[in-house]
Amino acid sequence: MSFHPKHLHSINAGHYKNTAEIQCEQLPVPDEVMISMAQNIGAPCKPLVKKGDEVKVGQLIGDTDAFVSAPVHSSVSGTVTGIMNMRSANGGNDQYVCIETDKKQTMDESIAAPVVTDKDSFIKAVRDSGLTGMGGASFPTHIKFNAKNLDEVDSFIVNGAECEPFITSDHRTMLEDTEYVLKGLQSAMKWLDIAHGYIGIESNKQNAIDKFNKLLKEKGIDNISVITLLSRYPKGAERVLIYEVTGRTVNAGMLPADVGVIVSNVSSVAFLGHYLEDGIPFIQRRVTIDGDAVKGPKNVMALIGTPIRDLVDYCGGYKAEPKKILFGGPMMGRATLSDSFTLLKNNNAILAFSDKWANIPEETECIRCGRCHEACPFNLLPTGFADAYKHHDVAMLKMLKVNECMECGSCSFVCPAHRPLCFMNKLGKQMVKEASKNGQ
Amino acid sequence: MDSKVYDQLTVSSSPHIVTKLDTRRTMMMVLIALCPAFIASIVMFGFRVIILTAVCVASSVFFEWGYEKLLKKTITIQDLSACVTGAIIAFNLPANFPYWMAIIGCFTAIVVVKQLFGGIGKNIANPAIVARIVLLLSFTNRMTTWPVTRFAHTDAATGATPLALAKAGSYDQLPSNLNMFLGMTGGAMGEVCTLAILIGGLFLIWQKVISPMIPCLFIGTMFVFSLIYYTVTGNPDALSMSVFQIVAGGAMFGAFFCATDYVTSPIMKKAKIVYAIGCGVVTMIIRIWGGYPEGVSFAILFMNILTPMLDNMAVKSFYAGGRKKKNEQ
Repeated sequence: MSFHPKHLHSINAGHYKNTAEIQCEQLPVPDEVMISMAQNIGAPCKPLVKKGDEVKVGQLIGDTDAFVSAPVHSSVSGTVTGIMNMRSANGGNDQYVCIETDKKQTMDESIAAPVVTDKDSFIKAVRDSGLTGMGGASFPTHIKFNAKNLDEVDSFIVNGAECEPFITSDHRTMLEDTEYVLKGLQSAMKWLDIAHGYIGIESNKQNAIDKFNKLLKEKGIDNISVITLLSRYPKGAERVLIYEVTGRTVNAGMLPADVGVIVSNVSSVAFLGHYLEDGIPFIQRRVTIDGDAVKGPKNVMALIGTPIRDLVDYCGGYKAEPKKILFGGPMMGRATLSDSFTLLKNNNAILAFSDKWANIPEETECIRCGRCHEACPFNLLPTGFADAYKHHDVAMLKMLKVNECMECGSCSFVCPAHRPLCFMNKLGKQMVKEASKNGQ
Repeated sequence: MDSKVYDQLTVSSSPHIVTKLDTRRTMMMVLIALCPAFIASIVMFGFRVIILTAVCVASSVFFEWGYEKLLKKTITIQDLSACVTGAIIAFNLPANFPYWMAIIGCFTAIVVVKQLFGGIGKNIANPAIVARIVLLLSFTNRMTTWPVTRFAHTDAATGATPLALAKAGSYDQLPSNLNMFLGMTGGAMGEVCTLAILIGGLFLIWQKVISPMIPCLFIGTMFVFSLIYYTVTGNPDALSMSVFQIVAGGAMFGAFFCATDYVTSPIMKKAKIVYAIGCGVVTMIIRIWGGYPEGVSFAILFMNILTPMLDNMAVKSFYAGGRKKKNEQ
């Protein structure tokens, strides 16, 4: 793997950015919200309220002592109607705090702009805000910022690639919150002592690129630069983005900080800019509502815990019977069972599809065309994973470096035989994990 | 607004969208790419070309359907791969070839080489290439008696191929390279007009059905090999003889349409390079020193069989860091 091309392999998965030009709208306060306690990749929070409690906007309602975690705040004012265990959109069984809203949106008294004087107070403020990665992984941001080798980190990359089809919430954030993105980035660079800032944006968002460049010039900021990425999938994947911006290679099992980089989603950075100014924790986000079953696709600013159905109804409701609803984009998003689930911190899009889009064509025999290998950003061999998985060949899976797969789905997308290669990669990774657990 | 809760939605693993390209569309592209050579062949040899091609395509599809029906397997004729195989077999035959022999060729390709090994994607050798070789060895006489084209300035109905002439050392009787390029000489139906094959091949590259790597390396190797050979043996026309080698016989057709077959060519880049160079070298060795005037099909068959091994070696060197590093660990 000594040969390093300038760009990693990528595919054209289509854009479908139907909502890019539509101004984001504020969603009215729903009648009831259900806020999940498991909103980050680490430990779930314990509810701090009980049935019958009065809560206010921004009040802490869930927290835990676990290291990888982020607190959860109430997004509305109203009365707690219960703590429920429900199946979540991710398939697990999570605790939810259900709140009946009083529609007054009374702010909690404790809300005030955080006082930041040094690195530690900055990281504490980030934790208190409840911020988790808004791009989809929902990794607690304060842990990312508190890397062990922070003194070796020299680059902060803001991920504004938004390479998934349909989603435009980051794009709208960049256009509507341009100053807050810069503000968040500048304060992160200041308090974490990072020399260079980069904003990676795909070339199909030229207006956002122009807006950032204009603002940077006006303010005379010279340690932040805007990087134009190819408008192809998956340029926004963390490891791909790091390579495209800095030329550094991150392998599986490494953190971006190991190569001196911190990557954060542009919406997270914009939130940080807002939070440092007004101190309102993470209670709402931009979300793209699109898909061919939705009447009026648009971006809305919605409170965390809003039922998906309320979001769709605000966009004119369904125009066709939904057969598949995705949390996130069509390449890596999760298909969900019901539209009664509620909005999570990491949902950048809700896509509702009719029958036409719901099913992928039937699988046929592999014709060994090698397109999966050519599409893979990391030059892996998905067809080899699939064969090794079918033969339960753990040694082969390991040799082919199945753990390097980031499940971007490019292989499944390009396969002319429509084999579920990405799915088999996931199963292969699971097989390797189980085998090493059993000491093989 | 209806308030029905949709809670029986489809759930599946990501990604939720896939390309519009499928096996059928890929095969359709190949069929389109074969059209220029088909038209050129009709112009050269007349109406019989159409019938012979139709017989080959129809019998290939029939054998695939019949075999799958007989063994109660899923019918796969709609993926058009049998049509492509049939057309390529036809293009490898002389225009005056008997129909029943052609049908035997199609049987060999579809039933013996493709279906007995497990159907599409499982065969170890290119079905059309094996069919051609089987026919060549079984009906040598009919396979090597080529009808001359309507444009040849001779009264004879059949004639020796330019490659056979070159093999016999009668360089002075060879047609000009330009005539060979345009296809004004005898030969198999689809192989004579290099220009038409190039148009089809470039179409496939443009449509990203095939990568230019295999055909370019295949033909490039043949050119360089013969240039060295003719220079070393002191032939005064080394350059034009090298050009002759790449426009004569089945070199172009084999390079663009047979060697690039997905199933029987390697996936890994390194293996592809070795495969293509191997094809070129073996072809030239057979043409110059072997017992047959033409060696493209033997070369492709030979490299087809090496393909799994080449891929294996490339995978090991690419992912396991080669043999050397393994010992160091």
